[in-house]
Amino acid sequence: MKDVLTLRVNGDQVEVGVPTHYTLLETLRYVLGLTGSKQGCDKGDCGACTVLLDGEAHLSCIMPVYEALGREITTVEGLADGPYPHPLQDAFDLTGAAQCGFCTPGILCSAHGLLAENRSPSRLEIQQALSGNLCRCTGYTKIFEAVEVAAESLRSGKDPRDIVAERYEVALPARSMQPLEESHA
Amino acid sequence: MRSEDLLPLQERTADRPETLSKIAAGGFRMIGGRNRGVGGFQKSTGKEIYTDDIVLPGMLHGKILRSTEPHARIQSIDTSAALALEGVHDVITGRDMPTAYGIIPWTPDEHALAVEKVRFVGDAVACVAAVDEDTANAALDLIDVEYETLPYYLDPEEALTPEAAETPIHAPRKPGGNGNILKRVQLEFGPVDEKMSEADVVVEGEYYFHGTTHAPIEPHCAIARLNQDGLLELWSATQVPHYLHREIARVLGLDVAKVRVVQPAVGGAFGGKSEPFDLEFCVALLALRTGRPVKILYTREEVFYSHRGRHPMKMKYRVGASEDGRILAVDAETILDGGAYASFGLVTTYYSGQLLTAPYEMESYRFDSTRVYTNKAPCGPKRGHGSVQPRFAFEISLDKVAERLRMDPIEFRRGVFMGTGRTVNEFRVQSNGFLECLEAVEKASGWKEKYGKMPYGGGLGVAGSCYISGTNYPIYPNPMPQAAVQVQVERSGRVTVLHGASEIGQGSDSTMAYIACEELGVPLDYVRVFSADTDLVPVDLGAYSSRETVMVGNACLMACRRVGDLVRGSVAAEWEVEPSRVRLAGGWAFDVKDTERRMLIAAAFQLAEAEHGTLGAVGHYNTPKEGVHGDYRGATIGASPAYSFTAHVAEVEVDPDTGFVDVRTIWVAHDCGRALNPVLVEGQIEGSAYMGHAEAVLEAQEYMVGEHEGGLHNAPSLLDYRIPTSMDCPEFVPLIVESNDPEGPYGAKEAGEGPLHPSLPAIANAIYDAIGIRIDSLPFTPPRVWQAIQDAEAVKQAEEVA
Repeated sequence: MKDVLTLRVNGDQVEVGVPTHYTLLETLRYVLGLTGSKQGCDKGDCGACTVLLDGEAHLSCIMPVYEALGREITTVEGLADGPYPHPLQDAFDLTGAAQCGFCTPGILCSAHGLLAENRSPSRLEIQQALSGNLCRCTGYTKIFEAVEVAAESLRSGKDPRDIVAERYEVALPARSMQPLEESHA
Repeated sequence: MRSEDLLPLQERTADRPETLSKIAAGGFRMIGGRNRGVGGFQKSTGKEIYTDDIVLPGMLHGKILRSTEPHARIQSIDTSAALALEGVHDVITGRDMPTAYGIIPWTPDEHALAVEKVRFVGDAVACVAAVDEDTANAALDLIDVEYETLPYYLDPEEALTPEAAETPIHAPRKPGGNGNILKRVQLEFGPVDEKMSEADVVVEGEYYFHGTTHAPIEPHCAIARLNQDGLLELWSATQVPHYLHREIARVLGLDVAKVRVVQPAVGGAFGGKSEPFDLEFCVALLALRTGRPVKILYTREEVFYSHRGRHPMKMKYRVGASEDGRILAVDAETILDGGAYASFGLVTTYYSGQLLTAPYEMESYRFDSTRVYTNKAPCGPKRGHGSVQPRFAFEISLDKVAERLRMDPIEFRRGVFMGTGRTVNEFRVQSNGFLECLEAVEKASGWKEKYGKMPYGGGLGVAGSCYISGTNYPIYPNPMPQAAVQVQVERSGRVTVLHGASEIGQGSDSTMAYIACEELGVPLDYVRVFSADTDLVPVDLGAYSSRETVMVGNACLMACRRVGDLVRGSVAAEWEVEPSRVRLAGGWAFDVKDTERRMLIAAAFQLAEAEHGTLGAVGHYNTPKEGVHGDYRGATIGASPAYSFTAHVAEVEVDPDTGFVDVRTIWVAHDCGRALNPVLVEGQIEGSAYMGHAEAVLEAQEYMVGEHEGGLHNAPSLLDYRIPTSMDCPEFVPLIVESNDPEGPYGAKEAGEGPLHPSLPAIANAIYDAIGIRIDSLPFTPPRVWQAIQDAEAVKQAEEVA
């Protein structure tokens, strides 16, 4: 038995036919093909499925798709500004915060939710905001650092690259997603 | 577009000409820089494709029926009702894949689906392919399996009893043998008994490591498809595509050349995806039988039951030392709890002894290790394979020895530093930065000010370790290269590296790209890396034993230098100078004696292509065989081209009222030879220390006992198994030490596994510094620590009364 629902996902209004018992994660991954959100446990333990609903982080693997009706759903695919990565995405790349990358989409959404409310989070506030997202590779250190770099970028308007370069006193290559003309160091 | 048109754009991404003189003065352009990784944006924008992200037209979904019994004979399997269910396309059982397999060629004892017997709760029994997951799950309920239950053994010592040997878990491999023993290794180096009797101090202890699992966030997943031209394609979340390739072909009776294995992005592995698993054989066979693509994705419970994690070990250690602080003798006796199948167990049994012999000088050493089958999920290699457990026992023993000798534990370790040369079991060590590691953690942690001087409850502990940078020999004996790389150089300036290494998050793709940049002078985003697709890339043995930086890195270096020589030669001829004057770096070919003389790298490639034809080269690496190990039986196991070294200091705060151990900070200094990218090395150090810390205080792969629930996993979920959240972790302070090993590319050694080892004993030793109580059994959970404090109090009170 399938139902036809209208959802708002990453700024688009989409109609989907889903089995009535589907979760939001199943709908995103297997109906809409938005595979950025991950399934790590399917029971709300790991946070790899985290998406934003009206800007707030939620676990999509334990959320019936019906609960997302009428809400603005943002997945990792919707964080960038067109070809320009969100400062969080750039900061993750610069600081080595994504190793295998499987938890990264969920962590980015949780961090995005945090920075929407608090642009100067302390280390503890970052730890708390990410406490529902398990990472098995990094020990979290570089993830905290990436969120701090992104927060500073959002506050100051500085390029995350310059912030990281200042921290380590090194020159870093340009964002590879930037158009060539702007990329000269 | 003509190539000339690209040049003005290229000038913008190349290094500024005025910086070339700095590069010409010497040093690296790329190696050692805090560079971005390859594919980082793919990950942070959600575009990376992992196996479960792949959907093929007409794809069926598979589900595996698993044993509910820890040990039983299969009387019958009735699949008729499942087959009759609408939407079910096929059901297979062990009869359909009777060939046994195993990652170690000498111990093939597994079947994709159980044949005759099941040996642990979770053993695969049958597999369904259906139109969707729901239908497949419904079909599993309709399969009727009749079991004749057998006695089962959850404790290795129980499995070793004569009664247990009468209904063994496996048939004995030799007549009269014990089917519950996979392997026993006894090796002795030097006169242990004699040296022990000379010792001024002998410390004896029994230590227990409890068993932990990898728990990558991505569950195992595999998809198979039969192509119209008879090619079987298999996508899998594996870290050993080459071994999987061979085993799939062998078990299914296919020509290896007619099988393609592709490893998409892998969401963490840590050793948990380093051998073939039931799902890979099942999707392959089901795809062949149904003609439809088939996918299986493990549930989180299945990941816990597929396991292959760190062996529980019961370890007895005796360490004898002289008054002046020399280690005279080490005598170890270890029982490894292997679980139901061999997995890498033969190697683990050797590793439990062989990898202990550095960085300290020991005058004699003996170990006796026995790996025993039990009716639990099979154990295998987890990050720091086989050597984390003995390191725990040994580093605590060393702390006890230092205390008996009234020496500072760091000072004592300095005194027994082996340097370079031969270990007691004859491994060749060519670089050893362990002293610098000790120095770094001693300084960073404020050891001299804090050790032994903190208020009750607070403490510091130190530990050291050594690990291999790849195994000297492949899993199946063969004289061919262990790693190979193909490099293509195109006239646009684009360089493509095709290599077989498995990128599992550790950064092997990035490492190959950095090497290509360093050697061929292109900017990082001119490099494309393709890896781990058996149809496209040369053979590599995979991501295990920390082999990729050294082995694939060396192969990449060889390939790049072969092309680089051609390019330099063509440019030199154009300028009429010696080729040694031409340097390729930062997007340019330039004259190191006159950096005004330069051309963009694409122009240099074009010159070379005009002279030599299409540019490309292959490179390979094979380990040195002469003089790297002894010639006793087993001498090759544990031998490596290069060894890494690590020292940790951990600071803990123990709450005596609750037994809660709060690990505050772990300082980790790791000798990785050379950090090809410090960001990646720090990431490996932090991730390793994280995992070791978790094994010390949080995680446990444990099983229930009792009539009805015996053999069930105690906590097959991430929450109950307690992998650390962002709130549970100490601060990790990574400190990089570079010793420049002659066998590594640019001197590099491994960084992915070594830095895990000392976490556990450093925490144990810190707990002793904090509360004065030795706890030699893991994990240090609040109940265990609280009980230890109570016991110590009781002893103290009894002594006072007496």
